[in-house]
Amino acid sequence: MSGPLLDIRGLHVALPPGSDRAFAVEDVSFTVGEGEIVCVVGESGSGKSLTARAVMGLLPEPKVRASAGRIDFEGRDLLTLPPSERRALRGERLSMIFQEPMTALNPLMTVGRQIEEVLIVHAAKLTAAQRREKILALLDEVRLPDPPRMAASFPHQLSGGQRQRAMIAMALILDPKLLVADEPTTALDVTTQAQILRLIAELQARHGAGVMFITHDFGVVAEIAHRIVVMQHGRVVEAGTADSVLNRPAAPYTRALIAAIPSLTPAPRRPATSARTALRVTGLGKTYRMGGGLFSAARAVHAAKAVSFELKRGETMGIVGESGSGKTTVARCLVRLLKPDAGSIDLDGVDLAPLSRGALRPYRKRVQMVFQDPFASLNPRRTIGDILAEGPIVHGLAPAKARARARDLLGLVGLDPKVAERYPHEFSGGQRQRVGIARALALEPEVLVADEPVSALDVSVQAQVLRLIADIRERLGLSIVFITHDLRVAAQVCDRVAVMHRGEVVEQGVTAEVFAAPRHAYTRELFASVPGRDWIAPALDAPDGAAAQ
Amino acid sequence: MLGARLAFILRRTLQAIPILLAIVVINFLLLKLAPGDAVDVLAGEAGSATPEYMAELRAKFGLDQPLPVQLFNYMAKVAVGDFGWSFRHEMPVAELVLQRLGPTLILMGATIVTAVGVGSLLGLLAATGLNTWRDTLISVLALVSYATPLFWVGLMLILVFSVNLGWFPTSGMETIAAFHTGWDRVWDILHHLVLPATTLSLFYLALYARLMRASMLEQSGMDYVTTARAKGLSDRRIVYRHVLRNALLPVVTMAGVQVSSLIGGSVIVETVFGWPGLGQLAFESLFARDLNLLLGIFLLSAVLVLVVNLAVDILYTVLDPRIELR
Repeated sequence: MSGPLLDIRGLHVALPPGSDRAFAVEDVSFTVGEGEIVCVVGESGSGKSLTARAVMGLLPEPKVRASAGRIDFEGRDLLTLPPSERRALRGERLSMIFQEPMTALNPLMTVGRQIEEVLIVHAAKLTAAQRREKILALLDEVRLPDPPRMAASFPHQLSGGQRQRAMIAMALILDPKLLVADEPTTALDVTTQAQILRLIAELQARHGAGVMFITHDFGVVAEIAHRIVVMQHGRVVEAGTADSVLNRPAAPYTRALIAAIPSLTPAPRRPATSARTALRVTGLGKTYRMGGGLFSAARAVHAAKAVSFELKRGETMGIVGESGSGKTTVARCLVRLLKPDAGSIDLDGVDLAPLSRGALRPYRKRVQMVFQDPFASLNPRRTIGDILAEGPIVHGLAPAKARARARDLLGLVGLDPKVAERYPHEFSGGQRQRVGIARALALEPEVLVADEPVSALDVSVQAQVLRLIADIRERLGLSIVFITHDLRVAAQVCDRVAVMHRGEVVEQGVTAEVFAAPRHAYTRELFASVPGRDWIAPALDAPDGAAAQ
Repeated sequence: MLGARLAFILRRTLQAIPILLAIVVINFLLLKLAPGDAVDVLAGEAGSATPEYMAELRAKFGLDQPLPVQLFNYMAKVAVGDFGWSFRHEMPVAELVLQRLGPTLILMGATIVTAVGVGSLLGLLAATGLNTWRDTLISVLALVSYATPLFWVGLMLILVFSVNLGWFPTSGMETIAAFHTGWDRVWDILHHLVLPATTLSLFYLALYARLMRASMLEQSGMDYVTTARAKGLSDRRIVYRHVLRNALLPVVTMAGVQVSSLIGGSVIVETVFGWPGLGQLAFESLFARDLNLLLGIFLLSAVLVLVVNLAVDILYTVLDPRIELR
């Protein structure tokens, strides 16, 4: 057989009538050769995931279906094969890894059993003992510790990274020719992501499979891609070798995307304008107790332990860490959504930590929060105007004035004041996050606590929202505590950073210094894990000016 | 694992004691709030009781004492396992209630098994044949049986299957005059059980069918189902090996909650079918103001509910590995 392993030509995926566009994927063509890693890159809604599902035959048919084109795999057009033959290919010749290791495994079945199912269905000749031997060998190959115990474990007993390894084992057990990976590392922490990427690249080299790797993250692309396909609005806008697309992007969209990626090199900082302290946190501690009762001792988890830092007026302090590091707990303590067990939160001479709900009330508006999820943090049954006016009204402003202010705020965050009459579902993620920022600003706070404010957003939108936050800080003289797991974002936004690990601040200092010479071993590991850290994005003059940071 | 389970059962049993005490006190006080007592009923039935005779009766039953004293006396007796005397049936309450427990458990057990079993099966059939005639038929049947009053269903079943067709007996739990023993007796009881159990389970069955259908559909949209499809499993295998077990979890939860309401529901069915169970006994003693007996029945029902809840919790840990006994 000659020609590429997978050859997609003129693929159209039709959406049900009445959708906002007729085709989710339109006239897409590209190939994946044997032993080649092809990254399909795009923002949400670009059709990259549906292309992957069309290849696998996992489209939610009949509503969404491949309506035209060919998908040739090993010389046969997959789209014309009967369902039974396609099913026989799935899991054996073609296999897939998914984004969410939390939900992609059946919670009621052991990991070993779920892998074994692939063998039961596709390799009926194997005996139970042979199957078990094969599974344990593969679990060892994906570097899961203690394979027999892992095989007997249920998914909830494994960490996210371990689950993703189990998924990879499941996908590779029959040595498929093509592996489709749909954002396999997006839900993972950065250090785990680095390990999984290395694992995929290594297994791919050893087994010689072709890989179709779907991602939105150019860092990941720079890490593993041989060739790159860039998609936008269901169409391929650029395709080529990794080197040419990453370093000499031609299409305007690709150029804009690459320009929007925050650089790992910290931006030059003006010296702190004021020496006055906005917020001083000393020895902050929060312990969660789980279980326990009449007969058993409670299990204590130190979500935050002796956290201390100081936030100067007009400064942005970054708190960087992976999931479970306690950064969100700290954020919630600062706005007193949680009551800390120890330490003090000094806001202009007032210690917020021990205050009761009532005593806290006058100070609440001085520290406000922007949440991570722009979809979940706005009440879907209230208009934007009501959401923005509620806080000031509660704090005693006349409703008419509060509504007028709400309109001003919308202008401030770059939205048309007329949208005050509309409901949250009518907005995109980036617009909603603007509303979330406006909501936090409505009370004219001195300190803004932003908990992963751009993590749920596409990279181009992320750049806009980051610019907005920086702009507002300048104009209103805000002090910001910026929580993020993304070191690239931290490098661009924060004057100083504190790195958290297992509830403790392991290192803090001026961003440029921490980035140039990390002292703590964990910080160094974190930096070594940033995908694409060796790739320096070319300086581009993006048409929409998105490059300016 | 076994040790943990035993410790769990022991702990839950200890925790149940204060709950039961509270139930006894509340029941006692609630019943005292109702106007009239056993003496009123007795006097009314006698037709010509003098006030002196009624006072004498009250003194005899201890009903003339202040409420706290009555409560204390009752609690003290319950604490040593004495549930009092039913003047109506001229028997100790404990003996009477235990005698009626058997029939109620038979009816409840048969109902729960039929309702959950058949209901889940119908829900499964409806969900796998989504939007086909099968789904529509099952949904309509479920709606009709859910909306029809229990007593009417009971009466209609008697009319059709007992009176007209003569397939099943009209009432009672066994043919007493026949003095069956051994398997004959079991067979006889099962024969009597069919109509009341069908009546009672029809209502709950509809609920489980709808719950199971919704649960199956929800689970079919989960990510792990896509994973299973990506592995190349057949639709049958995905439904039976993956979706079914996950979909059963809410059904089990619901069944645990409903066992308690079954005791209430069985009052109507036991009365319609003359089934000699606790529900019927409660109904009678309510009208006779036989408070001792009523309290005994309530306490036993409470114990029953607690035991069933414990059993469901343990069953849950078997079905769902994510849940730990705590």
